[in-house]
Amino acid sequence: VSWVLAQTSTIADYRDLLLEGFWRTVQLTALSFVFAMAIGLVVASLRVSPVAPLRAAGTVYVETLRNIPLLLILLFIVFAVPKLGALIDYFPAAVLGFSLYTGAFVAEAIRSGINAVGVGQAEAARSIGLTFPQNLRLVILPQALRNVVAPLANVLIALTKNTSLASAISVVELTSAMAQVIERTGQAFEALIVTSLLYMAITIPVGLVAGVVERRVRIVR
Amino acid sequence: VLTGALLLGLVACGDDDDDGAGATTAPAGATTTAASGGATTTAASGGATTSAASGAAMPTCDDAPAGGELERLCNATSVKVGVKYDQPLFGLLNPTNQEVEGFDVEIAKLVASALGKTEDQIEFVETVSRVREDVIVNGQVDYVVATYTINDTRKEKVDFAGPYYVAGQDIMVAADNTDITGKDSLAGKTVCTATGSTPETRLREETEAEVVTFDTYSECAEALRDGRVEAVSTDNVILLGLIQESDAEFKLVGEPFSEEPYGIGLKKGADDFRTFVNDVLEASYADGSWAEAFQATVGQVAEETPEPPSVDRY
Repeated sequence: VSWVLAQTSTIADYRDLLLEGFWRTVQLTALSFVFAMAIGLVVASLRVSPVAPLRAAGTVYVETLRNIPLLLILLFIVFAVPKLGALIDYFPAAVLGFSLYTGAFVAEAIRSGINAVGVGQAEAARSIGLTFPQNLRLVILPQALRNVVAPLANVLIALTKNTSLASAISVVELTSAMAQVIERTGQAFEALIVTSLLYMAITIPVGLVAGVVERRVRIVR
Repeated sequence: VLTGALLLGLVACGDDDDDGAGATTAPAGATTTAASGGATTTAASGGATTSAASGAAMPTCDDAPAGGELERLCNATSVKVGVKYDQPLFGLLNPTNQEVEGFDVEIAKLVASALGKTEDQIEFVETVSRVREDVIVNGQVDYVVATYTINDTRKEKVDFAGPYYVAGQDIMVAADNTDITGKDSLAGKTVCTATGSTPETRLREETEAEVVTFDTYSECAEALRDGRVEAVSTDNVILLGLIQESDAEFKLVGEPFSEEPYGIGLKKGADDFRTFVNDVLEASYADGSWAEAFQATVGQVAEETPEPPSVDRY
């Protein structure tokens, strides 16, 4: 990263600003992904539940959150929620918005993994007397999650890039920092290149690590 | 400004025409000899108190030199003028009667009238910020009055008469706010502006304010209404538009802390026409028609009528 910044001298004057934005983007991504995983596990469990109202609740969540533009979700949290009486600061608002939105995609990825686990597994678990929650936790999810490393990596990469929308609600992350650099230097071309490289510095390792993890946890049949 | 925002986007980031404050030509060395200083009204008193000391008479087509741009416009059956259609108080299309209204439009009419044109002989053309130089260079309009900041980059392609108004970055607060009185009282306050704009840079570099940024100024106004921020800061022209839409919920405080001189753009090298327009402006300063135009438009919202700026005959 430092090497890249050093190559473009005018932009280098603003390396602190860009690096600050970079770390903000990393924080946004990491926090949101942790919460999105938690939301996704719960919602995916709801969607395969034998109880109809729970299944319906899971479906409503996924279809609502993944069908609204992310920018609208963020603006809703910042401008509409205060009208209902809850003022949330910008960074937590961004994390909340990204977590809720990404949670829907995580849920769908996990659900596809659950569906890929053979029916015989669930039937066998039931036959030895496991309840549905036990069945899910001990038998199905451990196998399902191994199947969905690649789709989850896709979700994480999409999330990383989506965090650029936080610039619209006053979080000075990488894209917002870049906008400031362009305004001050007029060097749009260089700033865009450097910023793109900084995003790739997050997303490419994610893809590589996901590949390694996928091979390690694969169930060899 | 990178991200074109949706939602609430009535007044989008208007900085495209007001950027490059550092490159502006301040009217400091203006060689104005006619009285422009004492010839103005300072309050919204309606009746313009004209100064008798002024020697600036409204020019006419009678002394137009042969063969120049001025003579062509004097003999033409109509003039085409580029104005904004979306800038409240300066150039805004009234949807009920399809007429453009605002201070820029009034200034354009003063020039057209001196060219001997009736209101029916003025053809207004919507001119967004990005195309202003092009429509002048290509001859699609005869002059442009469109919140058009005079700067050196633009002077390479077109010439400017004026300035007829000096805009600048200002501060807007809730009408009942008393602790923010100007730029120096912003320390520690939350101040909203547009992401990646010149006003954002100025706030970060020149004040101790806690800067909050959204994509559009309408969102800043919404944040001010919600109490999420204590002030909004950008060009006063944009702020005045927001105040007009807000039903007196907001007010301007302090003095502008940057200078954006608005000029009348015209064909490069048309010096006879440029001199003519400058004469028209100075005469309008002297006979009160400038102040009258201001009060009828921007004056609806601005509390006082400023001194007209000195014309820069570069």
